[in-house]
Amino acid sequence: MAAPLVAIEGLTVDFSAGSRAVDGVDLQVAPGEALGIVGESGSGKSVTWLAALGLLPAKARIGGSVTLDGQELVGAPRRTLEAVRGKRIAMIFQDPSSCLNPVHRIGWQLGEALALHRGLDRRAATAESLRLFDQVGIADARRRLDDFPHQLSGGLNQRVMIAMALAGLPDLLVADEPTTALDATIQAQILALLGGIRRDTGMAMVLISHDLGVVSENVDRVAVMYAGRLVEEAPGADLFAAARHPYTQGLLAALPELTGPRRRLVAIPGTVPEPGNMPTGCRFAPRCPIADPQCAIAAPPSRRVGPMHRANCHRTIDAGGSVWALPKAAE
Amino acid sequence: MSALLEAIDLRREYVVRSKRGPFGAKSVLRAVDGVSFTIAPGRTLGLVGESGCGKSTTGKLALGLIPATSGEVRCEDAPMPPPGSAAWRALRQRLQMVYQDPLGALDRRLPIGRQIAEPLAIHGIGAAAEQRERAFSAMRDVGLQSHQFDRYPHELSGGQRQRVVLARALITEPRLLVCDEPISALDVSIQAQVVNLLLDLQDRLGIAYLFISHDLRVVRQVSHEVAVMYLGRIVEQGEAESLFAAPAHPYTRALVSAIPTTGPKRERLLLQGDPPNPVDVPTGCAFHTRCPFATEQCRRETPVLKPLGLSNDLDRRVACHRVHEPALQVAA
Amino acid sequence: MLMFAISRVLRAALTILFVMTFAFVVLRLSGDPALQIMSVDAPPEAIAAFRKAWGLDRPIWEQYLSYIGRALSGDFGKSMRDGRAAFDLVMERVPATLMLTLPALALKIGIGIPAGIYAALHRNSLADRLTMAISVAGFTLPSFVLALLLVLVFAVQLGWLPASGSGSLAHTILPIITLGTAGAAIMARFTRSAMLEVLGQPYVRAASAKGVSWQRVITRHALPNAAIPTVTIVGFMVGSLVAGAVVVESVFSWPGIGRLLVSAVSNRDLAVVQALLMVIASWMVAANLVVDLAYGWLDPRVRAAGAH
Repeated sequence: MAAPLVAIEGLTVDFSAGSRAVDGVDLQVAPGEALGIVGESGSGKSVTWLAALGLLPAKARIGGSVTLDGQELVGAPRRTLEAVRGKRIAMIFQDPSSCLNPVHRIGWQLGEALALHRGLDRRAATAESLRLFDQVGIADARRRLDDFPHQLSGGLNQRVMIAMALAGLPDLLVADEPTTALDATIQAQILALLGGIRRDTGMAMVLISHDLGVVSENVDRVAVMYAGRLVEEAPGADLFAAARHPYTQGLLAALPELTGPRRRLVAIPGTVPEPGNMPTGCRFAPRCPIADPQCAIAAPPSRRVGPMHRANCHRTIDAGGSVWALPKAAE
Repeated sequence: MSALLEAIDLRREYVVRSKRGPFGAKSVLRAVDGVSFTIAPGRTLGLVGESGCGKSTTGKLALGLIPATSGEVRCEDAPMPPPGSAAWRALRQRLQMVYQDPLGALDRRLPIGRQIAEPLAIHGIGAAAEQRERAFSAMRDVGLQSHQFDRYPHELSGGQRQRVVLARALITEPRLLVCDEPISALDVSIQAQVVNLLLDLQDRLGIAYLFISHDLRVVRQVSHEVAVMYLGRIVEQGEAESLFAAPAHPYTRALVSAIPTTGPKRERLLLQGDPPNPVDVPTGCAFHTRCPFATEQCRRETPVLKPLGLSNDLDRRVACHRVHEPALQVAA
Repeated sequence: MLMFAISRVLRAALTILFVMTFAFVVLRLSGDPALQIMSVDAPPEAIAAFRKAWGLDRPIWEQYLSYIGRALSGDFGKSMRDGRAAFDLVMERVPATLMLTLPALALKIGIGIPAGIYAALHRNSLADRLTMAISVAGFTLPSFVLALLLVLVFAVQLGWLPASGSGSLAHTILPIITLGTAGAAIMARFTRSAMLEVLGQPYVRAASAKGVSWQRVITRHALPNAAIPTVTIVGFMVGSLVAGAVVVESVFSWPGIGRLLVSAVSNRDLAVVQALLMVIASWMVAANLVVDLAYGWLDPRVRAAGAH
C-alpha cells in the first residue's frame, strides 16, 4: 500500500516478567481506511492500541515500533505522545458513561478538548461544541452542554465521546468496543454515525470488537488476534467468506446467526491461555483440530494466502474448506 | 399438552419519587405491564428486549421471586404459592434460575462440589453420600471433571464457573430453568460451548427453559418460541425461526435489522432517539415515539396482542395497529 | 433544599439533646458529687446541706426537666467547685484548645494530603513505601507515648522546648506536633487510597487519551474526584477541633477544654461536664452539617439524588 498512516512493527507488551500480553504484532493502517480488529478476551487487541498511544501503566514494557507518518511513538517522550493523542490519533472506549468525568459538565469537558487542540476560547468553543453535537446527532444541544454525564444515557454519552474525539480533527479514530455496552438499536445508530463521519471527513478508523458481525459491516479490512498475536488478516468479505486460519474459522462457526438454517454451533474446546502460561510455538495449537507436533515448537510464519490475505499458520488450509467438521443444519 | 408454567397478565409496578427529595411527586414505574405467556414442558421460550424492557423482572415474577402487583402465575395448573412460604420453597426444586454473573452467583469460600450438592442439602434429599454421588453425576452432565470437585470458583475459568452454576441448578432435576443472560459475560467460543450444553441437556432431560437475553442471535439458536418486550409489554410473540426471518412489529423489525451480521444485508430500519424513560411511558402504544409508522391512533390507543393470521405461522401474535397493512415499508 | 436544611437542623438538635440527656443520666448514676466535692469526713449535715443547695435531693426526672428548662434560656448551671457559670467556664477555655488544635489541623492537612498524593503518584516507589511506613508508625503510636518521647528528646535531652505548661509560643510546639502526627498519618493513607482509586478510573485514561497533559489530568480531573471522600475525613477532623486534645492537654498541662473535662468529670462537677459535652457535640454536629453541604457542592450526582 502507499505510505501507511500508522505502521506497527513487532510490537511487544509485557506487564511483568513472563507475562507478555502482545507478542510481535505487525499492522498497518492506510489514510482513510477502516480496519477492524477482532479477538476475544486476552487477545491483546486493546492493549496494542493503548501501548501505541502510551496509555498503559508505567509498569508495562513496550518493545517494537509504532510509527505515525514516520514519527516513532514507542519510547517517545511524554510531551510528544500528548501532542499526538486527540490531535492525530483519538480513542474512544467501551463504557462511555464512565469515561466522562462525573464532576465536570459536558460542555466543560468538550471545551477542554477544543481549547487544547484548536485553541478556541470560551465563546468559540461553545459555538464549535454545538456544531459538533449536531454532527454527532445530539438533539437539544445547548442544554446538553450544561448537563453532567450521569444525566445522559449511554448512547448519548458515546455520542459526546465521539464529538470530543472529533474535536481535534484527528487522522485516525481508534474505537475500542464502542458499542458493546449499548443496546442493539443504539449500537446500530452509533455504528451508522461512525460510518457517516468517516465518509464526511475521510478519517481512518480502527474498530476493535469481539463481535464479528459488528466488524464485518463497518470496515474494509479485518485483522484477527488470538492470545497476543495476529493470526489472520484479510479484506472483510474475503475473511468471512473464506477464512484460512483455524481460529478464525472456529470463531465464525461458533457464532449463531439470525438468518439461514439453524445448525449446531461449533464450540472451540478449551480456553484462552493465561498471559503467564502461554504455550510454546503456536498459541492456538492446544485447541486446534489440525495441530501437528511442529505447531508446538515454533511460532507460525505469516503466509500470504490470497490478495492482501495473510494467515499465520504452519498448516495450509484450502480456501472454502473448514477444519471444523461443520455439523449439518438442524431439520 | 398442558403448560408447565403459565403467566397470566402479570404486572409489576414500583413507586418512585421524582428527584425532589421527600416531597417530590410520586410516579409509577411499570416494569412489567400485562405480560402473559405459556411454557410447555421441554420447550424453550426466549424473552428478548433491550435494557429497561422488563425481561429480567418478568423472569423473577415467573418464579415467584418477587411478588406481582397483579396477575397470576400458574405452575402445572396450580397457582403459584406465595413467595417465601414452605410450599413455594418446595417448588423451587422444580423451578430453578441461572444468572449472568457466575462468579457472583458462587460462594468464594466453598469448593464447587459442595455448592453443587447444596440444593440437595437444602431440600433434604438423600444422605450425604448420595448427595456427593449426585453432585459428581451433575458435574459429568455439564462437562466438568470429577477432580474439579474440590476446586474453588476463582480457580476456574468463566465458562467452567457457568457450568458449575448450571450443575447446581440441575441437581434437583428441575422441570424449568429460567436463564437470565446466562452467557453474556463469556467469550464467544465459550458461549458456543454453553449453548450446546443447554441444548443437549434439554434433549436428554426434557427441561424447559425461559431464556432471557438481549442477544437475538443466541435466542434464536436455543428458542422454540420468542416473545419480544418493549417497556414492560410484549409487542410480538411467535415461533422463533419465522419471527426472526420475517418480523412483523416495527420494533422487532428495527431490532432484527440492528443486529450486525456477517451474512448478506437485510432490511435496515434505524430508530431515532433513545428509548423513553420507563417512568414516563408514552400514551397509547409505548413505541409510537420512535416508530416510523406511527399515526394518531397509535398515540391514543394501546394496541393488544392479536394473532397475525399468517398461514405459515399460526402462533404469531403482534400488538400493533398497522401491522395488518400490506406494505409497511420504510422510506428508502 | 429548604426541607433538606430544616431536616438536617432538626436532626442536629435532637442529637445534641440526646448527648445532654445521656450525660445527665450517666453522671448522676456514677457517683455522688457531694462526696467528691466535700471531703469524706465532712459531717453528714454539711453533705445534706450541699445536696439540698444543688438540688441533688430531688428526683432525677425533676432535676432533668429543670435543667433542660434553664438550658433553653441559656443558663447551664454553675460549677460546684467555684460557683461560676458553667458555660462561661467552658467558653473561656475554648481559645486555648484552639491554639493547639487549629495549627494541628493545618499540619494534618498540609502534610498529610500532599504526602498522600505524592505516594499515589509514585506508587510502589521507595518514596511511596517510606511514606506509608512512616504513616503506619504515626497512627499506631498512642499520642501520650509520642508526647512523652518528644518531651524526652526535645525538652529533657536537648532542652530546646519546655516540657509542659503554657505561656509562650514555645509551649505550643510539642503539643501541636503530637496532635498533628496521627492525623497527618491517617490523612496521608486515606488520600493515597482515594487518589489511587480515582487514578484507576476509566475517565482518567480517557482524559489522557484526549491529549490532556499529565499535570492537568491530576489537578483538574483526578483531584476534584479524590476530594470527595477526603472531605469526610477532613470533616471528622474539624469536628474534633474542640474535643480532640484531651490526652495531649493532660500530658502537657495545657489549660484547655480537655483538661477542664478531665477535672470536671473526676469531680462530678455536673453542670460543667454537661456544658462541655453540649459545646463539643454542637461543634461536631455543625462540622458534619458543613461536610454534608460540601458533598453536595463537590459531587453533582449527590445534588441530583436530591436531599435526604
